[in-house]
Amino acid sequence: MSKFTVNGKAQSFDGDPETPLLWYLRDIAGMTGTKFGCGRALCGACTVHVDGTAVRSCQVQVGDIDGQAVITIEGLSADGMHPVQRAWRELNVAQCGYCQTGQIMQAVSLLKDTPKPTDQQILDAMSGNICRCGTYPRIRDAIKRASGRA
Amino acid sequence: MTNTTEVANVARRSVLLGLAAGTFVLSVRLSPPAVAQEKKYGGDAMPGGLKDDPRLFLSIADDGTVSLLCIRAEMGQGIRTSFGMVVADELEAELGRVKVLQAPGDQARFGNQDTDGSRSMRHHFEPLRRIAAAARQMLEQEAAARWGVPLTEVKAENHGIVHAGSGRRLDFGALAKGAAARPVPARDTLVFKGVSQFRYIGKDNVPLIDNLDITTGKAVFGIDARVDGMAYAVVARPPVFGGKVKSFDAAKAMKVPGVLKVVAIEPPTPPVVFQPLGGVAVIAENTFAAIKGRSQLDTQWDDGPNASYDSVQYRKTLEAAAAKPGKVVRNDGDVDAALAGAAKRVSAEYYLPHLAQAPMEPPSATARVTNGACEVWCSVQNSEAVRTDLSKRFNVPIDKVTVHNLLLGGGFGRKSKPDFASEAAICSHAMGGRPVKLTFTREDDLQHSFFHTVSVERLEAGLDGDGKAVAWLHRTAAPTIAAIFAPGANHEAPFELAMGAVDTPFAIPNLRVENPEAAAHTRVGWFRSVSNIPHAFAIQSFVAELAASLGRDPKDYLLELIGPPRLIDAAAMSDAWLYGEDPKRYPFDTGRLRQVVEKAASEAGWGRKLSQGRGLGIAAHRSFVSYTAVVAEVAVGPKGELTIPRVDIAFDCGAVVNPDRVRSQLEGAVVQGISLATLGEISFKNGRVEQANFDGYELTRIDGAPPEIRTHLVNTTAFDKPLGGAGEPGVPPVAPALANAIFAASGKRIRSLPIRDQLAGKA
Repeated sequence: MSKFTVNGKAQSFDGDPETPLLWYLRDIAGMTGTKFGCGRALCGACTVHVDGTAVRSCQVQVGDIDGQAVITIEGLSADGMHPVQRAWRELNVAQCGYCQTGQIMQAVSLLKDTPKPTDQQILDAMSGNICRCGTYPRIRDAIKRASGRA
Repeated sequence: MTNTTEVANVARRSVLLGLAAGTFVLSVRLSPPAVAQEKKYGGDAMPGGLKDDPRLFLSIADDGTVSLLCIRAEMGQGIRTSFGMVVADELEAELGRVKVLQAPGDQARFGNQDTDGSRSMRHHFEPLRRIAAAARQMLEQEAAARWGVPLTEVKAENHGIVHAGSGRRLDFGALAKGAAARPVPARDTLVFKGVSQFRYIGKDNVPLIDNLDITTGKAVFGIDARVDGMAYAVVARPPVFGGKVKSFDAAKAMKVPGVLKVVAIEPPTPPVVFQPLGGVAVIAENTFAAIKGRSQLDTQWDDGPNASYDSVQYRKTLEAAAAKPGKVVRNDGDVDAALAGAAKRVSAEYYLPHLAQAPMEPPSATARVTNGACEVWCSVQNSEAVRTDLSKRFNVPIDKVTVHNLLLGGGFGRKSKPDFASEAAICSHAMGGRPVKLTFTREDDLQHSFFHTVSVERLEAGLDGDGKAVAWLHRTAAPTIAAIFAPGANHEAPFELAMGAVDTPFAIPNLRVENPEAAAHTRVGWFRSVSNIPHAFAIQSFVAELAASLGRDPKDYLLELIGPPRLIDAAAMSDAWLYGEDPKRYPFDTGRLRQVVEKAASEAGWGRKLSQGRGLGIAAHRSFVSYTAVVAEVAVGPKGELTIPRVDIAFDCGAVVNPDRVRSQLEGAVVQGISLATLGEISFKNGRVEQANFDGYELTRIDGAPPEIRTHLVNTTAFDKPLGGAGEPGVPPVAPALANAIFAASGKRIRSLPIRDQLAGKA
């Protein structure tokens, strides 16, 4: 039995402890804001925060997060008004939008650690997140915009 | 299901224009098809054609909320926002009070819904305006009647109808019910807004309609569908195209906790079209259990006729084919004589590998197949293809196949082929009607795509004593998409040849295009901009090679080849396709191609002094009846490290409805073009794809994207001319512009993609 919280709500899971957090969130908890992209931590689409750190939820086994706090895109802000979310909308960053929840979770983590990142720090922090639509220039600009407010 | 429920709820709340409330299923009497028709073009020529009856697409609720049913798939091109803009504008509605709902698949009712070919706005701009103008006029008529004033004294404004004389105003919501009872105005009585009156059309920075949902994780993509009681499945597919299951043992898989069932899926009967590949499905209580169960399957495969497909060997096959004459598909003048008499002959050969579309949302669908009906939740470009397949597969009438098309997490052509929806339905059927969500893992996606074709392009030119091109011979050898529809097809189809091979606009009197045979050994399918990629890469690289051989400026030489501004008829280039458009409305306008070349060059500062190891490259191409030119700036470091500090892209798709989304498409096209040029390759050995995930099949990441992508739109208000496509035409000139820039920077000519480490060791 693994007990943890997702966006502040208590969860308990006694299924296969190897179940990745990604599939727990999507299939079992029914929270689909966290996306499946590669299953091997190569694309960042499934990024969530565990105890405040950005992680690829496809590589985190539910059996290993007993007692930990998970924040997903659904729990990032009550109303979508986190500065990063706002900046994303102001610049119309998204194209298809699929990877963007992972991008946002990664960007939030970057700005928490580095409130005023340089361009190089943005590239370093975001290069694990693939966007096939090619929204990268706007992602960079949105992070800069949010960095003034976050 | 969010979207479906939403459609139903809005329908219940709304007063539907012209119809009883309660459903979007409208029994509109449609005009019978004309008999003895002349040849149709554009949207009228697509299966199901275009529909413009407002009662099919619009509803206005008592509170004034306008609901628009969007019949095209949203896959990142922003079509939901752009359609909303057109309708809000022509209706004189407030965009903020327009709700865009996603239409279920129903070609008979809504007209063609196949979202590919960069056609959505190109084909629907005019019908959408007719829909909105008709609804506006119905609202105006209702207000005029209610006030007892002449129709000419009322007008629509800010989501209401006003009477100037008395200052009276009624909101759309107050008029909707009465307006709905009025007849739909005949098409020839519709009055449209003037370009100068547009409030939304052509205006920049309109927020995306789905912005809040996307940034909060509430947006529902196909893979996010949740249906009560559903199970989850993955499929082990034959690793070689054309292979099948010899035998399998499910015992170990069934022991994995959560695994419910293991079932065989029959191999497709030719032609394969969009059918599933067959294999073994593992159905479980969640996706992870299904994946784990699949890993425990013991399956023996019969690899079939493509067991020896090897892309290294196949390249040699294509090169041999391109070395010999092939089927002549365009023939102007006498190329052989002109080559023989040329002062100088230049030739070069280019190679481009297979690619996978790799949308970030892997193919996924949820289906429920019960007695006599199928219901599917998915994200597909072509919902009618799902309905056709399931109708046939389960022998149910097509109107018993419901397709809820959710947001696509990228498409790029992959989701034009809904084999995954069929697999989901097969699994649900095997589960006795329990809903099943089928998901491709990334490995499944990369190894069982409908791959972009592999290609060898051989070009030869004859130049006279002044360096003027007098002869042009292009041999294009590539397996055709047609092979999935007609097994054994081994020539490029007319639509592939007309993607930049035959429709070369150069002012060269002797010009021949040949198409040698090339057999397909895998599923070949559409990939964003399709055959334009190899054709434009070869031609635009070769133009720069010719310029270099003459010591000429590549931009000047490109303009010399394009020749003076003129209109070229498609038939004059042996172009039998022209993207399905009317040749009279869409001649090849070399003036527009020249203009984007000049624009990209001037914006990029063509000719400016660059430091050692830096270079500019230019390329231009028409595709999807739009004109694009790209100037790339590169830096090649001492060890061959390639960086791309800046790309300028000039674009003319005619009038622009949503500039921000056109720009975003171009920005994305630049990144995707760089990705395929620098990294993209799917290779085969023993019939099997060698790449499995994003470590083997690399995509450009943020650190490989140009820090500056500058987009330059031209002729954006040419609303008197037909529109061009916007989703795809940005891609083709990117790779050759990059290769030409690398040559300018380093002297190294890239003739084979991807570039990957070809520059390594370059001093």
